[in-house]
Amino acid sequence: MDLSFSAEEEAFRAEVRRFLRDRLPARIAEKVRTGKRLTKADHEEWHAILNARGWLAANWPRALGGTGWTVAQSYIFEVEAALAHAPRIVPFGVSMLGPVLIKYGSEAQKAHWLPRILSGADWWCQGYSEPGAGSDLASLKCTAIRVNDANGDHYIVNGQKTWTTLGQYADMIFCLVRTSTEGKRQEGISFLLIDMRSPGVSVRPIILLDGEHEVNEIFFTDVRVPAGNLVGEENRGWDCAKYLLSHERTNIAGVGASMAALARLKQIANAQRKGGKPLAQDPHFAARLAKVEIDLENMKTTNLRVLAGGEESPVPLELGAMLKIRGTEIRQEITSLTRRALGPYAQPFISEALDEGGSHLAVGPAYAAPVATDYFNNRKLSIYGGSNEVQREIITKALLEL
Amino acid sequence: MHFQHSDDRRMLSETLGRYLGQRYPIEARHQIAESQRGWSPEQWAALSELGVVGALFDERVGGFGGAGFDIAIIFEQLGRALVVEPLLGTLMAGRALALAGGSDDVLARVIAGNCILALAHEEPQSRYDLWDVQCRAVPEGAGWRLRGSKALVCQIEAADHILVSARITGEAGDAAGIGLFLVAAGTPGASVRSYPLVDGGRGGDFTLEDVKATLITENGASLIEEAAAAGIVALSWEAVGIMDVLKRDTLEYLRTRKQFGAPIGKFQALQHRMATAALEIEQARSAGINAAAALDSARAERERSVSAAKFTIGRVGTLVAEEAIQLHGGIGMTWELPLSHYAKRLIMIGHQLGDEDHHLERFIALGEAA
Repeated sequence: MDLSFSAEEEAFRAEVRRFLRDRLPARIAEKVRTGKRLTKADHEEWHAILNARGWLAANWPRALGGTGWTVAQSYIFEVEAALAHAPRIVPFGVSMLGPVLIKYGSEAQKAHWLPRILSGADWWCQGYSEPGAGSDLASLKCTAIRVNDANGDHYIVNGQKTWTTLGQYADMIFCLVRTSTEGKRQEGISFLLIDMRSPGVSVRPIILLDGEHEVNEIFFTDVRVPAGNLVGEENRGWDCAKYLLSHERTNIAGVGASMAALARLKQIANAQRKGGKPLAQDPHFAARLAKVEIDLENMKTTNLRVLAGGEESPVPLELGAMLKIRGTEIRQEITSLTRRALGPYAQPFISEALDEGGSHLAVGPAYAAPVATDYFNNRKLSIYGGSNEVQREIITKALLEL
Repeated sequence: MHFQHSDDRRMLSETLGRYLGQRYPIEARHQIAESQRGWSPEQWAALSELGVVGALFDERVGGFGGAGFDIAIIFEQLGRALVVEPLLGTLMAGRALALAGGSDDVLARVIAGNCILALAHEEPQSRYDLWDVQCRAVPEGAGWRLRGSKALVCQIEAADHILVSARITGEAGDAAGIGLFLVAAGTPGASVRSYPLVDGGRGGDFTLEDVKATLITENGASLIEEAAAAGIVALSWEAVGIMDVLKRDTLEYLRTRKQFGAPIGKFQALQHRMATAALEIEQARSAGINAAAALDSARAERERSVSAAKFTIGRVGTLVAEEAIQLHGGIGMTWELPLSHYAKRLIMIGHQLGDEDHHLERFIALGEAA
């Protein structure tokens, strides 16, 4: 047992801090720190800076342009980047599609798509959920029928995807589509890469409860997709989806993001006054704050225990599910306390105050503007990626083996 | 960074686990716990022979352990077997003696298995407050005499020597002015009212009427705090061991008990409760790891980790004990089922060295002081 990081790992941490100090644009960090909207260009700028340093793809092997980091290094980077107010790395290409291509893609697919993910040539989005397939993902209906005609070997795709995060920016979408209705539901699903600019693709925004355009509906009407865009074998796309669940080991718990959010909450709780004293000294508020802080301290170690459980082996399903549940509960409790800390000043809703340079439009303290919408937005955490209720069933099924 | 125990620790843990599995089964445990003594000299001899006592102390006093994770692996196994032997008192009093220095002869006998210690610190009114010491120490010639009452001293009748805290100067609530004194069992003027505890084993109230005592230190506060920290690491890992048993037994029951034509583990309401309990046990284990790792750190880090662990163990322990009983239904209420005894011990751990409310407040206060 040794909870300390090695001298090499501490040296790496220092290197990460130097890099963040020198290369993370102050303008972007300030937007993240103050809860401003990030534009597509902001994300692309940070993505390019990381790629120039070779630090974009933490979970790819070095030979393919990844960092080749150990899990400890990935964890250190995650935490330091969050504490420095770096934008999160948009995960769809780098963290989700990349590992699937590396594991299941053909040589031609890897040679074509991986460098384009790194360079940012393609903005990827994820096409998993459908209106009738949420937590029960295997019930998805979007069809892809293989046709080999004068125009070549391709699929014709029809159907709808939903909750497509940042799909409005995307050049490409990776989709789970139904290629067979025979046998088990999971065995008729394929993993397909679709060009968003293809005729028959349309995108419709979904405005969420915070008023923001973050997710979309995507409609496919007789969309032609080259057969070469099938990843892995036909009808084996479920393997790709499951592989991601058990191999994406860092960042499930969102420890870095929670640490940054807790630091911000403490600042706000010290700045807010109740009865002439800092709110942080109110016994009820202090108790809730301490409880979530202790839970996060415990979660840091739980997370590291899972990360250290073998670099190559898959994370046992129940442990991944535990990280997801408690990690999101902690994050939600912090956003909830931050909202409560504002008292009546949680109410004003000045959308322009969330744009760059808009702080002066906020009502009440400058830090108040994004707090309530951030709280509402983060209700998603316990719903997406397999709701926390589905995760609880994963835990018990794995433990009971019934 | 890694989360494996050293080979030595793993070997001791396995040896102890094997021994307890064979020689301390639940029937034997009940017999010992319900006996007039409430502990077993034969078991004590065997445990010292295995090196269990020596592993609680460091090399400077003749042991071969004494770090947080040495304490952790031992008490985890003690928890799994629901052991009632007087190891907690020996650990805490022995740790304070080792830190104070000058008691190597006593500690050598402790490590050899020939001497058992108890820590008499808490008082009827103190309710987890380490500095609420009203028992008085008065110098007399070259020695000292003690007067006052100590409460709920675990396994005090087993002890050959009792380490007693007593106020030399100041008022109840002051950390300064608390001395530590060693009292031999049976010293005139010292009386014990001993009683059985709800979770097995025995405790006792200790009344001192001008009892002759040997001064260990006039500045005992920091030693008391460090002894309590070691005690909390021990209790936390005892609780982790107990919770692993409760989890194993409850999962087995969910698999095998049938109602409405199906194993009850098929029912979603029970699945979700079990999943939450399993998740919380992992968080509690992490809290125990954090506290064990911090035991030899500087005070601020040590005490915050220790209070975080005791808060977590108190909160999670209550949840796991109550859920284990609930998921077992009626059978979980019976004396006959070992599970109910594990549940009782787990709950009572919350009543030793501070409950979750106490340690949450303490965690907050330590943060404000930092």
